[in-house]
Amino acid sequence: MSDARTSILSKLRTTRDAHPLTPPVSDYAPIEAKQWPNEERLPRIRRLMEAVHTEFLDATEADWPAVLRDFLAREGVGSLLYAPETDAGKRLVEGWNAGSTTLIPYDRPLESLKPQLFDSIDAGLTTTRGAIAETGSLILWPTAEEPRTLSLVPHIHIALLRADALYDTFLQVMREQEWAQAMPTNVLLVSGPSKTADIEQTLAYGVHGPKRLIVLVVQP
Amino acid sequence: MDGNAPDFAAASLAALADPQLRGNFRRAMDGLMSKRAVQFADAGEWHGVRALAASVRLRALSKLPELLEKLEETCTRNGITVHWAATTDEANAIALDILHRVEAKLVVKGKSMVTEEMHLNAVLEKDGIEVLESDLGEYIVQLDGTMPSHIIMPAIHLNTKQIAHLFKRKIKDAESREDAAYLTDLARRVLRAKFQAADVGMSGVNAAVAETGTLCLIENEGNGRMCTTVPPVHIAFMGLEKVVEKLEDVPPVISLLPRSATGQPITTYVNMISGPRKPGEQDGPREVHLVILDNGRSGIYADPELRDTLRCIRCGACMNHCPVYTKVGGHAYEAPYPGPIGKILVPQIEGLAKRGAMPHACTMCNACVEICPVKIPIVEIMGRLRVEAVMPGGAVKDGGAQASRTEAMVWSGWAAMNASPTAYRFATAAMSKLGNAAPSSLPMLKEWTNVRTKPRFASRTLHDLARAKGIPDV
Ligand code: SF4
Repeated sequence: MSDARTSILSKLRTTRDAHPLTPPVSDYAPIEAKQWPNEERLPRIRRLMEAVHTEFLDATEADWPAVLRDFLAREGVGSLLYAPETDAGKRLVEGWNAGSTTLIPYDRPLESLKPQLFDSIDAGLTTTRGAIAETGSLILWPTAEEPRTLSLVPHIHIALLRADALYDTFLQVMREQEWAQAMPTNVLLVSGPSKTADIEQTLAYGVHGPKRLIVLVVQP
Repeated sequence: MDGNAPDFAAASLAALADPQLRGNFRRAMDGLMSKRAVQFADAGEWHGVRALAASVRLRALSKLPELLEKLEETCTRNGITVHWAATTDEANAIALDILHRVEAKLVVKGKSMVTEEMHLNAVLEKDGIEVLESDLGEYIVQLDGTMPSHIIMPAIHLNTKQIAHLFKRKIKDAESREDAAYLTDLARRVLRAKFQAADVGMSGVNAAVAETGTLCLIENEGNGRMCTTVPPVHIAFMGLEKVVEKLEDVPPVISLLPRSATGQPITTYVNMISGPRKPGEQDGPREVHLVILDNGRSGIYADPELRDTLRCIRCGACMNHCPVYTKVGGHAYEAPYPGPIGKILVPQIEGLAKRGAMPHACTMCNACVEICPVKIPIVEIMGRLRVEAVMPGGAVKDGGAQASRTEAMVWSGWAAMNASPTAYRFATAAMSKLGNAAPSSLPMLKEWTNVRTKPRFASRTLHDLARAKGIPDV
C-alpha cells in the first residue's frame, strides 16, 4: 500500500503548504505548577487510589517479604507468581518458608505459562518505578526479567512501591527519568484494580484485569 | 454501507417516543456532566491545561506530514510494521492480509472507533473469522447485534435489566440476575477464555508519539492490555490525525481525556506500547502492526477552517452536554460518531448527500464548544457545513446535495424584497392584509408550524405605526 502512503503524504504536504499553520507555543507551566510537599505525596496517592478500591500495606526494606507472606496467608492466597531474576524476586525467595502460599517463578515464555497463568495462579508481584501524586498512579516498567502479564492476568496484583520514589506529575517522571531517550516495549500507569461502569454506570471491579490491587509501601 | 441516507428526523422521533431510552440517557448524562464539573472545579487549571492541550493538537496538525513520516520511522525502528490506508476498504484489506498470513481464526478487539468507521467486524465475520469485542460495553452491544450509542460508553442506552435479559438469552449457563457485579463477572469468564485463545488482538490508539514510536492507549478494564499483550499478533488502527510530536505531549492529553469523558482523574490503565516482544522478553506479541487510515481526513485537512475538526481527542464530552444528543441518544444518528463531533466529522467523511441532515440537528447553543478540551469551534464548523449542504462548489464532498429549489426561491425573493423600498412596502402591506390567511401547510411554514403556533401578522406595519407617531419615512 505504498501508493496510499505517497498520495496521503503528498496531499497533506501540498494542502498544508497552501494554508500553513503556525505551530503555537506550548506552555507546560499549568502542569509544572502541580507540586506537593514531600510529606503530602504518599497520603494523596493513598487517598486517590483507595477511592478506587486499591489496598495498601506498610512495610520496611527489612520486613516486606514477611509482611507480604502474612498478608497472603491471611487472605488464603494459594500461589504467587514472581520474577526470579529481579532483586525483589531474589529477596522474596530468601527464607520464604512456604507456609500456605506457593511461589511460582515466571521463568518461561508466556506461551508455555498461559494455561497455568489464566487458570490457577492467584497473585502476581511486580516492582514499580514510583508513583504519581497528581493522579494516584503507579509507574510500571516491565522488562525481560519482569514480564508485563505478571500485573495483568493474576486475580491479585501486588506492587512494591518505594516510599522515596514519589513524583508530582506524569510529565515530571518522564522528564526526570528521561523516558524519551529509550522507551521499553511497554510502560504502564496503573491507578487501581481493573474496573468498568458499562452496566448502567454502576462501578464493578475486576472485569478483565486484576480484581484487587495491593500496594506494598516500602519505607527505606 | 448501503447507499441510503439515514433519516435522522424519523429516528429522532422514534427515540423521543421511547421513555425507557430517554430515562436511561437522562440519568447517564446528568451523572457524567456533574462528575466532569467536579474535575474542573479549578477554573485556572482548566484554562491552563486546556490551552496546552489545544496547542499540542494544533502543533501536531501544523507538522502533520512530517510527524507521520517520523512516526513511521520511529515505529519501524522499534519493530512495528506501519501500513497506510487511503480508504476503509484498503484498511480492511490490510487487516485481512495479516490475518490470513497468520491463519487467524479468533480475534479479540479493544475499543476502537476507527474500526467502527471501517465496519471491520462485518468484514472479518464475512471472511469466517470470529471477532470478539472485549470492552464490556462493546461486548454487550455486539451480543445485542446493534451499534454503540456513545463513543465512550457504548451500551449507555441499556439498563441493567435489559443487559441481564440479553446475557440470559445469549450466554450459556447465565443466571437471570439483574446485578452489575454478577454480569461483569460473567463477561470476565467468557472473555478470559477468548483472550487466552485469540490469534490476534486489535486495538485503537489514543495518541501516537512521533518522537519515540509509541502507541498510547487508555482504558479502565484491562481488556486493552489483554488484546495488546496476550495474543501473538497485535494490530493497532489509528486515524492519521492521532499523532503527537513529543512524548511530553502525552500528559496534557491524558490529563484532559478521562476527566472530560467520565470525570475520572485518570483511567485505571495508561498503556504505552513501543514495539513487539524483544529477544529475551517473556511476553508481549511477536508482531505489532500499525494501520494509519486516511478515509477523508486529508480532505478535511486541506481546508484551513475545517481542519480544526482533526484536533478531536474523542473524549465524548460534547455528546454528554449536547441538548440534542442527550434527548435522542446515539442510535438516532446511525453514524459511527454521534453527537456534536459526529455532526461535523461524519458529513465530512461520508459526504453531505448522505449526512447533510446531521449539521442541522443542532440548536447552536454552544455547550459543546464550552466544554471541548481542545477548543474545537464545533458550532462554527457546523454553520459552514450547513452552508455547504445547500451550496455546490465547496470543499466538502457532495456540497449542495441538500439544496431545495423552494428554499432558494424564497430566499432570493426575500433578498429582492429587502433590496427595493417599493417592493418592501408592497410586500409588508400585503403581508399585514393577507398573511394571516396563508395556510400552515405551506412548504417551509409547515416545518415551523408542526411544533409551534403560527405567528400572527399585525394589521399595521411598523412603518405605519412610526408614521402615525410623526416619524417620517426615509
Ligand atoms: S469535539 Fe471536543 S468534546 Fe467532542 S469528543 Fe472531540 S475533543 Fe471531546
